[in-house]
Amino acid sequence: MCLAVPGRVLDIGERDGTRMATVDFGGVQKEVCLEYLPDLQVGEYAIVHVGFALQRLDEESARQTLELFEQLGMLQEEFGDPWEQAAAAGGDPWPFSDDPDAAAAQEEARP
Amino acid sequence: MKYIDEFQNPELARRLLDDIHATVTRPWALMEVCGGQTHTIIRHGIDQLLPEQVELIHGPGCPVCVTPLEVIDKALEIASRPDVVFCSFGDMLRVPGTGRDLFQVRSEGGDVRVVYSPLDALRIAQENPGREVVFFGIGFETTAPPNAMTVYQARKLGIRNFSLLVSHVRVPPAIEAIMRSPSCRVQGFLAAGHVCSVMGMGEYPELAARHRVPIVVTGFEPLDILEGVRRAVRQLERGEHTVDNAYARAVRPEGNPAALAMLEDVFEVTDRAWRGIGVIPDSGWRLSSRYREYDAEHRFSVTGINTLEPAECRSGEVLQGLLKPHECEAFGTLCTPRSPLGATMVSSEGACAAYYLYRRLELTPARTAVSPEASPVA
Ligand code: SF4
Repeated sequence: MCLAVPGRVLDIGERDGTRMATVDFGGVQKEVCLEYLPDLQVGEYAIVHVGFALQRLDEESARQTLELFEQLGMLQEEFGDPWEQAAAAGGDPWPFSDDPDAAAAQEEARP
Repeated sequence: MKYIDEFQNPELARRLLDDIHATVTRPWALMEVCGGQTHTIIRHGIDQLLPEQVELIHGPGCPVCVTPLEVIDKALEIASRPDVVFCSFGDMLRVPGTGRDLFQVRSEGGDVRVVYSPLDALRIAQENPGREVVFFGIGFETTAPPNAMTVYQARKLGIRNFSLLVSHVRVPPAIEAIMRSPSCRVQGFLAAGHVCSVMGMGEYPELAARHRVPIVVTGFEPLDILEGVRRAVRQLERGEHTVDNAYARAVRPEGNPAALAMLEDVFEVTDRAWRGIGVIPDSGWRLSSRYREYDAEHRFSVTGINTLEPAECRSGEVLQGLLKPHECEAFGTLCTPRSPLGATMVSSEGACAAYYLYRRLELTPARTAVSPEASPVA
């Protein structure tokens, strides 16, 4: 939740008198509030946190960060289904039972 | 250097590491304030790549972890009411209150919904005028402005069935509390970059000067952390203690003025209890009196709550950097992400969770019958 993800502004509009944008995060699109960065333009990048653009970012750094987050599975963490994630949390059992085979298998399965 | 090939730019990582190795002459202890940084450090083994003299101490910067048990219990009680739609960020779902969590409340029939943005909760309120919609407003300075804007919007649009259960915390008073603790070993700080994206760096020079401690504003990616460490170590070796911005691509010295103005309007500074740590003066925000009617604690009288922290959990010490997660007796045995005793084991930014996810196989050779090859420290 504390993660802030860079995204690119696709279009800008208004909702209930508030400046809003559609922002693309490496394929996932979200509606984002621009009230805190009112002069952000279509095509620009910004750091977005819980649906709010908080600070401009240059294109190069934004791309690098997005690529890294994608590799690390952090975009899934941020935009995936939270109920599934909560249900699956800790899904793999602690391997240090009395079962060395299970632990070894887990070590092998490690990314 | 077993992980360095995984860095996005291994060559640059190696150059930064070489520079740190060449600079260090004495032992130094640095605290990374933010839980997101802790995860990057553990995930990439950055602490193991650094010279032995440089110790990274994990700080309290995980909002999910530090939300007091009493507030979690209030959330659970409000969420259980039949007339309430309770909205939260996803990472609060499994944070243990006394005996249960939000996930359980939903399975018992509570209308608990996960939203991406607080504005989504406001929209749910617009669409369900007959129900009370409550948003769980936790977080540091990065999350507070979005929540403030949502309350501001609710008032502007005349939406009356919306309220906020607020438990916002602020970083600088936590740094102050850590430096004042008699057991403090921290000699330099890697400050949380995104907090500074909003707040700027204005609060730090005074702290750095008074405690003679370098504060380096640092980002979240592996290279950011290395650069933050490099700059902090340079200062320490030279006997300096200034505020330095190693995350200039996302942090302007003045922060985000529009967000600061909204914070000023909607919130006021208050003392706050941090889970496992206790009350830190001026370390949080609550809704200012002008917005009191949007305060869920006022709207729903949630009283008579008896909180009960599990005695085994030592997350308070973990959050203050006094104990590493695996040094807790319960780590990985009584306490796992599947059945966590403390919030630090369940939050995606919690230090216990980071150690469990990335380091459990090497940390507990004594408890396992695994062959020596599988446990590097055996
Ligand atoms: S390992 Fe579990 S019980 Fe121990 S400090 Fe961390 S959360 Fe608490």
